[in-house]
Amino acid sequence: MDFSEQFLQQLINGLSLGSIYALIALGYTMIYGIIKLINFAHGDVYMVGAYIGFFAITQGGLGIFPALVVSMLVTGILGIVIERLAYKPLRHAPRISLLITAIGVSFFLEYTSMYFVSPTPRTFPTLMGDVSIHVGDLIINGQQLLILGITMVLMVILTYIVHRTKIGKAMRAASFDTETAQLMGVDADRVISITFCIGSALAAVAGVLVGVYYNSIDPLMGIMPGLKAFVAAVLGGIGILPGAVVGGLILGVIEALVAGFISSTFRDAAAFAILILVLLFRPAGIFGKNTSEKV
Amino acid sequence: MFLALGLIVFALLQGLMAAKIIGSFWQLNITIIGINIILAASLNLINGYTGQFSLGHAGFMAVGAYVSVVLTTNFQVPFVPALLVGGVMAGLLGFLIGLPTLRLKGDYLAIATLGLGEIIRIVIMNIPYVGGAAGFKGIPHHTTFAWVFGFMLLTLFFIKNFVNSTHGRACIAIRENEIAAEAMGINTTKYKVMAFTIGAGFAGIAGGLFAHMFYIISPASFTFMQSFNYLIMVVLGGLGSLTGAIAGAFFVTFISAALASVPEFRMIIFALLLILLMFYRPQGLFGYVEITHLGPWREFFLRKERAKR
Amino acid sequence: MKKQELLRAENVSEVFGGLKAVSDFNFYINEGELVGLIGPNGAGKTTAFNLFTGVYKPTSGTISFAGKSIVGLKPHEITQQGIARTFQNIRLFSELSVLDNVKIAHHSRIKYGLGEAVLRVGRYLTEETAVEEESLRLLSIFKLESHAYELARELPYGAQRRLEIARALATQPKLLLLDEPAAGMNPQETKELMDMIRWVRDEFKLTVLLIEHDMSLVMGICERIYVLEYGMVIASGTPQEIQTNPDVIKAYLGGEE
Repeated sequence: MDFSEQFLQQLINGLSLGSIYALIALGYTMIYGIIKLINFAHGDVYMVGAYIGFFAITQGGLGIFPALVVSMLVTGILGIVIERLAYKPLRHAPRISLLITAIGVSFFLEYTSMYFVSPTPRTFPTLMGDVSIHVGDLIINGQQLLILGITMVLMVILTYIVHRTKIGKAMRAASFDTETAQLMGVDADRVISITFCIGSALAAVAGVLVGVYYNSIDPLMGIMPGLKAFVAAVLGGIGILPGAVVGGLILGVIEALVAGFISSTFRDAAAFAILILVLLFRPAGIFGKNTSEKV
Repeated sequence: MFLALGLIVFALLQGLMAAKIIGSFWQLNITIIGINIILAASLNLINGYTGQFSLGHAGFMAVGAYVSVVLTTNFQVPFVPALLVGGVMAGLLGFLIGLPTLRLKGDYLAIATLGLGEIIRIVIMNIPYVGGAAGFKGIPHHTTFAWVFGFMLLTLFFIKNFVNSTHGRACIAIRENEIAAEAMGINTTKYKVMAFTIGAGFAGIAGGLFAHMFYIISPASFTFMQSFNYLIMVVLGGLGSLTGAIAGAFFVTFISAALASVPEFRMIIFALLLILLMFYRPQGLFGYVEITHLGPWREFFLRKERAKR
Repeated sequence: MKKQELLRAENVSEVFGGLKAVSDFNFYINEGELVGLIGPNGAGKTTAFNLFTGVYKPTSGTISFAGKSIVGLKPHEITQQGIARTFQNIRLFSELSVLDNVKIAHHSRIKYGLGEAVLRVGRYLTEETAVEEESLRLLSIFKLESHAYELARELPYGAQRRLEIARALATQPKLLLLDEPAAGMNPQETKELMDMIRWVRDEFKLTVLLIEHDMSLVMGICERIYVLEYGMVIASGTPQEIQTNPDVIKAYLGGEE
């Protein structure tokens, strides 16, 4: 394979990985937009989603699509429960208290899962045969098609919900200014619950898809993708939905290129370097507007 | 008085160890508690006193560890100078990183320092000279309980006097209200970076002490999970209290050792403690208070304060 | 003999994302004067303070203090030049003792270094004693000495406002900016505050600029008054001139007169 083909192959790999980041980043960005919390536990919600998908397929004998739906439902409810129990009591607390709580929730999810499902990685059943498309020397395999396809469908549905439905309008209003939205009759608690539900459900999809893609899941699998997805959300402009998607895709591609052309050990470093550069030079991200603090 | 108290505690512990009343398992853990106190106290200077939320402490610890083991192992530099050079290098890196990064606030700073700590670790992992991912082997076993205790006292003494000076007050003012601190003539950037540099420096020394307890160290010992560990100590003990940092380091290390066979439970306990603490006592067990300000001692110290005038 | 000019702003404008918070602002204050800045909410009064103290950098125009430009200086540098302020929404170091609040404000005049602080030798000892004495003296002037070891947040509201002034004075300013010092005070407290401001000005040889909504206070103690509306100065002069200025009556005092 020559350089340009190798480049295109990495691009395809990067877009698949990036779609996963995008799905997780959407939850991050929606939650940050509405309660200004870096939900450290979001990566672990994704891990729980992967396990629920895994058990739905292996124990419940479901196919991939029903398993996705089950995982979305259960994980969505988990998101609501986490918010109600852990974050709601701190609605008016300093943001750092909220962040520490999120770190606590993250540990809690990781290690209770570890207790119940054991720390050993599980092998995700292969659901797709060796379906793959060959374009010249390029290979797009079935898992990648599945990831790209599902991600696209979910984007369309999410855009519809956010822009066309009543609850979507309430979400946008609340993320713009929660207090004013409340005065206008928006039930903030309900909107926050729904935001957590949708965000968690998207993370669950990402979890199941990663299981299908890499065939292996474990209780600490959420830590790194969680952080990366946060990077993606910051890169795109935190609080902005299309930003999270674009940020996720860019990050995925950069990582694939770094892994393919430099060294896979620098993959994580690249993501963090992007985070720091964005925070220092364009803290509002690609799509965001810079604002200054009022004294 | 502070030093006298320290020496009594040291003599007591050393005596119990010599008499084999404290076995080797707990002896090891008491040494680790000492190192963790240095780490918690230095992190508290950044997170608790200055209010700048850092999650990169393990990175600075790694720098101190690697610099000092290279010096002692490959260049036969004596232990203490090697430790100090490690501390200085970690401090220097803290300075270089802090200068641009400390413009960020709150959760953004937290995640940026987490990222920087990881970058430090990944860079070390890619330096073949120090063994890469496999780790650095053949480290002489220099760390004794006495050295750890000595450096722990030095750290506490330094930070205690620092926070009770105009420099420390400047840092605390930044935590309390950054805009008002600036309006009072405090160069906030300078003091944030100063706290970060000092904190990183002591983390480097602690890293050196930690490394010389083992034959081999590897980058895997310095992940951000390790930084979280020190964060838990500081948050549990109290953001802005040295007594709290000591109590936190003691508690976390003790629980970790006692529950070593059931690691999941240990983390579940810490997780629940963090969450409950944020609900009911977000400033941590000791908050901004030192043990010398409490109960029967309070009056004594106030009287001493007033008598000074 | 003509008094020396202390602070001057010429054609200062401040634009936030297309919105002009302050435009073509011209202002001066002479040494020893007590000047008021009034205007409806959102007129740009606090923005003017933030421009004077370096919190914001003017989009255009010049600001000079004691003959030197202070545009582009950081807030702490401006404080060191001799401008101190209080805040509309009280910004005390609330978890610290009342005494420590004042001690912190001595920061820029303390000379001992890090080494002396950590070893507790040399200038640390003499300077810390001096700072403590000086701080307690300031607290007693503001009737706060009995609260010296309490936390700032535990003080009653009026005392918090007084502590903010005491703290600002500890930086040894030439010019003191007070942002709504009487906000939330009852008439009796306001009366005492007026006396105190006047007394402080004379005692510390200060120049005072204050923002205030309480007309009795402004008209009672200010020698000159600037009236801001929509970021522009619409009138300036003595209290009598302001009270009879038709523009001011129309724009600000409006229906009440």
